[in-house]
Order: sequence, then structure tokens, then C-alpha cells
Amino acid sequence: MADINFDLLAPGCRTCAGCGAVIAARNLLRATGKDIIICESTGCLEVTSSQYPLTAWKVPWIHAVFENAASVAAGVKTALEAQGNDHTQVIAFGGDGGMVDIGFGAVSGVLERDDDIMIITYDNEAYANTGVQRSGATPFGASTSTTPAGLASIGKKQWKKNLPMIAVAHGSKYVACVSIAYPQDLQNKVKKAMKIKGARYMHIHTPCPTGWGFDSSKTIEVARLAVQTGMWILYEIEDGKFKKTMNPELKPVEEYLKMQKRFKHLTEKEIKIIQEHINKTWKELDNLEKSGVNLRTIL
Amino acid sequence: MTRCFMEGSDLVARVVKLCKPDVISAYPITPQTHIVEKLADLVADGKLKSKFMEVESEFSAISSVAGACAAGSRTFTATSSQGLALMHEMLFASAGMRLPLVMVVANRALSSPINIWNDQQDSISQRDAGWIQIYVETAQEAADSVIQAYRIAEDERVLLPIMVCMDGFILTHSMEPADLPNEKEVQEFLPKYNPTHAILDPKKPMTLGPFAYPEPYFRLRKELSTAIDESREVISEINEKFAKKFKRKYGNGLIEEYKNNRKMAIVSMGSVVGTIREVVDSRNDVGVVRIRSYRPFPKKDLIKVLKDKKIVIVLEKDISLGLGSGSVFSEVRDALYSLKKKPKVVGFIAGLGGVDITIKLINRAIEHSEKMKDGEVEWLI
Repeated sequence: MADINFDLLAPGCRTCAGCGAVIAARNLLRATGKDIIICESTGCLEVTSSQYPLTAWKVPWIHAVFENAASVAAGVKTALEAQGNDHTQVIAFGGDGGMVDIGFGAVSGVLERDDDIMIITYDNEAYANTGVQRSGATPFGASTSTTPAGLASIGKKQWKKNLPMIAVAHGSKYVACVSIAYPQDLQNKVKKAMKIKGARYMHIHTPCPTGWGFDSSKTIEVARLAVQTGMWILYEIEDGKFKKTMNPELKPVEEYLKMQKRFKHLTEKEIKIIQEHINKTWKELDNLEKSGVNLRTIL
Repeated sequence: MTRCFMEGSDLVARVVKLCKPDVISAYPITPQTHIVEKLADLVADGKLKSKFMEVESEFSAISSVAGACAAGSRTFTATSSQGLALMHEMLFASAGMRLPLVMVVANRALSSPINIWNDQQDSISQRDAGWIQIYVETAQEAADSVIQAYRIAEDERVLLPIMVCMDGFILTHSMEPADLPNEKEVQEFLPKYNPTHAILDPKKPMTLGPFAYPEPYFRLRKELSTAIDESREVISEINEKFAKKFKRKYGNGLIEEYKNNRKMAIVSMGSVVGTIREVVDSRNDVGVVRIRSYRPFPKKDLIKVLKDKKIVIVLEKDISLGLGSGSVFSEVRDALYSLKKKPKVVGFIAGLGGVDITIKLINRAIEHSEKMKDGEVEWLI
């Protein structure tokens, strides 16, 4: 285990206790090493790690606004190319709001142009920084401050927007889903992605005790249960080939849902809908893997 | 230097090439400018070594040049109207980050209704973003101002982004005789951009664009305000140095006067000043003062050259909706407010959405101004 003081993200940055996003950032940096530039969107991690005149970042880091981390990163990379620097990795790093919603156009632009950067979303499934409003990445049934559960509301009515698959549809050569509960898998995938040229996409599931309503000591447990219940599926799509990288015997999703306040209003009926959705997705992805279909050739 | 007869956009593109930006990024919003198309041609023909980014929006155009500039490169982008409006948020952010970007704005009307012709509402409404704004009268001045802009923006005493505002169609699409400098002349005038204040370099990690609490935020905004105020001196200085090298000069860099020894003065910005000069030549009661640097605003210079006037006529292609006048009018009048003996200041809103501002209309405005009360504003059509 590395000494935390040697991490490229300094300890003591001002996230909430038990923050999943900061665990994601730390693991990301352990895999990348120093020769990187991070371009961050506005969000939880940005406001807690860069409080002027202090900074938690021991690597070059830039934040412009909410919706443009991907295009700032593309500009940084293009400048490095113009200067003849062919080694420094450039990463656009942002929360689900910044990547899945408001910055989606910029993300799509980078993927379509195949700019040589990595886009990484840390997904806490809401606008956690501004008071836990619904995002496109919020799961079905979650109560948020803009989709509150009530007598006439089950919380969010739509399924989670699937940015990893949208990235594949752009022709990205490497797409991966990871979780902070599996740091080795996370770091391995980052290292693999770093060897590939072009626009790469990674999506990190980062539970949020404040927004989801669980004890701050349970972050990793919640993250692990998400994977074990199939609420979050670890896979990679390398050059168009889909592969599950974790294949657990699925636990009932209720175990995951009941740990969190945002789902506590759900009745058996909704839990059943979610379970069926997971079962179906899980099976479809198995079929996809077995079929050997190359998702890049059907573009 | 080569004497040529060329379209304004073409001339600007050729001069941008001589400034050797590492990265050019652009998007063709409606209405767009074809400056970047010319640049794309130059890159495609191997005549320009810049990296050309074909981004998916004007917002990404400004974001990507901001990123490239933060990584230590000289950059270029151009926009117009709706595109500039879409960039709004990043205009503030890039000034706050002290990124010396250079952007050409082809001034055109803003929706709604949608209209692709010239006026200056687009850039005037971005005046508070922290960008230096230079308004040019001719395509030659646009090209010259691009060269000056890099030198000013990248000056250690300034480190601010600059937009060079040239009237859409009137300057961008018409042909005019011009001097095209050669590469050697431009390179001698323009040193390489070598940033130390803001640079993304893994060997010297730096955090750019942080979060700040109220007090540091307040102090940083004050610093930014001081920086743009102090850039006046540099704008004038570079204008002088440019004149020495290229034998062309634009007033004192901030304002330019023409026959301004008469009882009345017209104050205006951009290409319409060419027409106003014609009017001034045909009369003996009026001169013209052109505001070249709208931001920083040349308050002291205007006081100096307008203080003894009987009437000051502000003619502008802008309306600040809800104010009842254009912004230039209210700022010129504000500048003169401290005078004991104040000239009468009247305003004319003209040319919105590309309405032609003719010699006849300008003469009418001058004659009508005698009957107008101080502070009165009229629409000229």
C-alpha cells in the first residue's frame, strides 16, 4: 500500500467524509503517474480540491467552467502535439453532471474527432455539489431534490443515461466501467487505456454518502454491492469487443437499495421493476459478449 | 510587405498565418466568418503549420483555445454574433485566468429576429467580460490590429485576452487595397509566446482556474480590473512601435481624431467612421473622434478631445435595451459628466441589422442634433 503522502492528490482536501469521488481521483493518479494534465469540470471535486490559494493537486490541473472539460482537454492536447510533446497524457475529468448532461456536446465532439485524450466521469449519480439534483445519470426510482419521492412521485422516472455505450457508438477504441470498490481493476484499466491512442472513455461509479443517504463509513460497501447486485456492471470494450471484467453471482438488488435513503420509499413493485431491468440487461450483455459482435464495425 | 487588393477576411487570415499560432480552433455558426475557412485552406495546402481543430460548437472553439493557451501555445479563433454570445461564459473565465487569447469578431446582429448583417450589439454586449476590445475602421487596420493584439495580450504587463472587432460584411466581405506584411517583419515585431504565469507543465505542476472564497475572489477581480486599466498604456505603446516598423498608425491606439478642431464632434466606432470622414470633409462645423479601444474605455482621452465641444454626437450600431440608448452613448456622456462646462451630448442609434448608414443620414443627424436636448437619443433610419 502506497504511503498516502506520496499520492499525487494531497490528503486533507475538503470533500465530505466518505466521498467516493476523491477515492476515484486518488486511484486514477496512482495509475497515471506524474506525466499528465487534468482538465476538470466544475463540480464536487473541483470546489473541494482547488480552494485558492491552496491546491490538493500535485499534477498540472485546470478548471474552466462546467460544460467544457473535454474541449479544454482537447485544446491542451492539441497544443502539446503542436509543441512536439508526444508523451504527456491529457485527461478530461468530471462528474456525471459535467459529462453526461451539460458537457455532453463537448464529450461527443472529442469522441467523434478521436482526439487523443481520456475522458473520465466520476459518477455520483446526481448534482451532488449543488444539493443533489437529478442528473441524466441518476438511476430510476432515486429520490433527489428535483425528483423528490412523494405521494404522487416515485423519484426519478427514467433509467440512467448510458454514456459508456454512447462513447462506443462514437467508435471509441477503449471504453471501460470501473468502481472505487475495485481499485486494482480501476488502475489496471487506466494503465491499459493509457497505452491506446485516440479518444478513450472511462466511467467510475463513486457512491456519495451525502447525496445517497448512507453512513460515510459505508462508501466502499455500497460501491461493492452496486457491482454485486448488477446495479453497476464492470466491463471493458476494447477495440469494439465487449467483455465483462467481473462476473459475480448477482445478489438481489434490494440489498443495495435498502442501504440508501434515496431509495427507501420504493415499494416491492418498483424494486421488482428494477430487478427485472437488471436481469434483462445482464442477460443482454452476456449475449453480446458471447456473440463476439464488434461494436466498432457496426458503426 | 506586398501591396495587394484583397477581401478583408482573406487579409486577416494571411496575417494570422504570419503570427504563427500553434492552434486554431473554429466552428461555423450562423452567421459565421470565413476567416477560419481561409486558414483551413492554408493548413490544408501545407502553407501553415498550425494545428487546426474542427470543433463541434463555438463554445468548444473558445474552450479549446483556452486549453491550448494554458498549455503554452499561441492560439487563434474567430467568431461572430450568435457564436460570440454562446462563448459568453468562457469569455469571463478566460479573462479571469489571464489567458492572452486573440480572437477576431466579425460584428453582426444578434437574434431575434435572426439577421446576418452588420452591427455591433454582439461584442458591445460582452464589454464587461475582461477582454480588451479593439474596433477597427478598415480591413488593413483589422489585420494590423491582429499583429498588435498578440503583442499586447502576451505582454507581461497585460496578460489578457483581446478581441479585434471588425464590421461583418462591410470589412469582412469587401475587397480593399492593403499592405500585407511579410513573415520576417512580423516575426521581428512579435516575440515568441513564453508564458510563466499560467502554464500546464508536468515538470512544474500548477493549478489554474481554482475555486475562491469571497475575499480572495474580490481581490482577484480588483487585480483584473487594474490589469485592464493599465493596459491602456501598453496599447498606446504597441501602436507607436507598430507605426515605427510598419509605417501605419491608428491615433494614439485608444482613440483617433479627424478634423477635430470644430464646434461639434461625432463619436463612433468601426467602419462607419470612413463614411463620417466623408461627411466631415464636406462640412466645416463637425469633426470625428473614433473610439478604437472600447475596453479599456478611453475616458481621459475622450475628456481631453471633447471638453470644448458645443455638441457631441454619439453615433453607434448598438442599443442597450431598457436603457434607451446605446452603451457607447451612456459611457461617453458619463465621461464628460465631471466637466464644469459640459458639452451637449446626443445619441443616434443607427445601422442595426445592417441598415445602411449613408452620408445623407449622417448629415441629417448633424443638423437634427442642434434641435435636440442634452441626453436625447434618436433612431436614425
